[in-house]
Amino acid sequence: MPTFYGVDVESRLLLGTARYPSPAKLSEAVRQSETEIVTVSLRREAAGGRNGGAFFEMIRGLGVRVLPNTAGCHGVSEAVLTAKMAREVFATNWIKLEVIGNHDTLQPDVFGLVEAARILTGEGFEVFPYTTDDLVVAERLVEAGCKVLMPWCAPIGSAAGPLNPSALRAIRAHFPEVPLIVDAGIGRPSHATAVMEFGFDAVLLNTAVAGAGDPVAMASAFAKAIEAGRQAYEAGMLEPRDMAVPSTPVIGKAVFA
Amino acid sequence: MRLIVNGEPQDNGASTLSELLTSLDYEGDWLATAVNGELVHREDRQDCALNDNDRIEILSPMQGG
Repeated sequence: MPTFYGVDVESRLLLGTARYPSPAKLSEAVRQSETEIVTVSLRREAAGGRNGGAFFEMIRGLGVRVLPNTAGCHGVSEAVLTAKMAREVFATNWIKLEVIGNHDTLQPDVFGLVEAARILTGEGFEVFPYTTDDLVVAERLVEAGCKVLMPWCAPIGSAAGPLNPSALRAIRAHFPEVPLIVDAGIGRPSHATAVMEFGFDAVLLNTAVAGAGDPVAMASAFAKAIEAGRQAYEAGMLEPRDMAVPSTPVIGKAVFA
Repeated sequence: MRLIVNGEPQDNGASTLSELLTSLDYEGDWLATAVNGELVHREDRQDCALNDNDRIEILSPMQGG
């Protein structure tokens, strides 16, 4: 059972709430996935706050924990202010910290990310940093006070799956005690299984579910895939080898010639 | 008084942030506000005096990933 900042959760799937075909599909996908944590955002709104209010009421009705994000922030001060505003609205110290550095890849600005993480942990936030798969950046984030790490496995929304398995494995090996969540780039359930087999604690998904032909069925498929990957990791897997190994015993084999 | 509310310039007679929210018909306890890049807590909006050319951000929950 993973623990994020002292909170134990059963489900190893965190689900984003964007881009679903309808609020009803979102609600049902959350239920089917059995996720306990969903990500939400803050945006300007012209309708007197009523659209945001209706959305927030729906999320509260799902009985899940909210992980607000700083999506779209491109600078430290912007991300820090957005985090503070999110704490005001959602009444949680949790923040998914995004400081975007590149428009095309939505790659994190890891320098700004570390700086913002340090500021926010100093102000009592419990930071979930969306970062690259760089081990040294991960070390800096831990030094900055992050007790969870969220490396990407591919660019946001790309559905490309784990592009650099050895980097993800290195982070796992280097931080055996830090809860690790793969955030961004998962496209299909087998990608989620793969990163769970690396020993990650959880997966954060959005587009792969929201953009599926049947988001509700896909949410369920991901939940099973993540569970399968975790179970395989805990069960201990064989290492691949180049040569064949007979699975049937040779002793007692009949000799016909 | 000229204010910039969520990036849009507008004339508004509100003298405090809470008056501005009322005049723009904002409601509910799910709003977050900032003036000139600084968070203004819910309980401080009544005492937050506005000045010409202040930049006000009013945010509310939205779908996110």
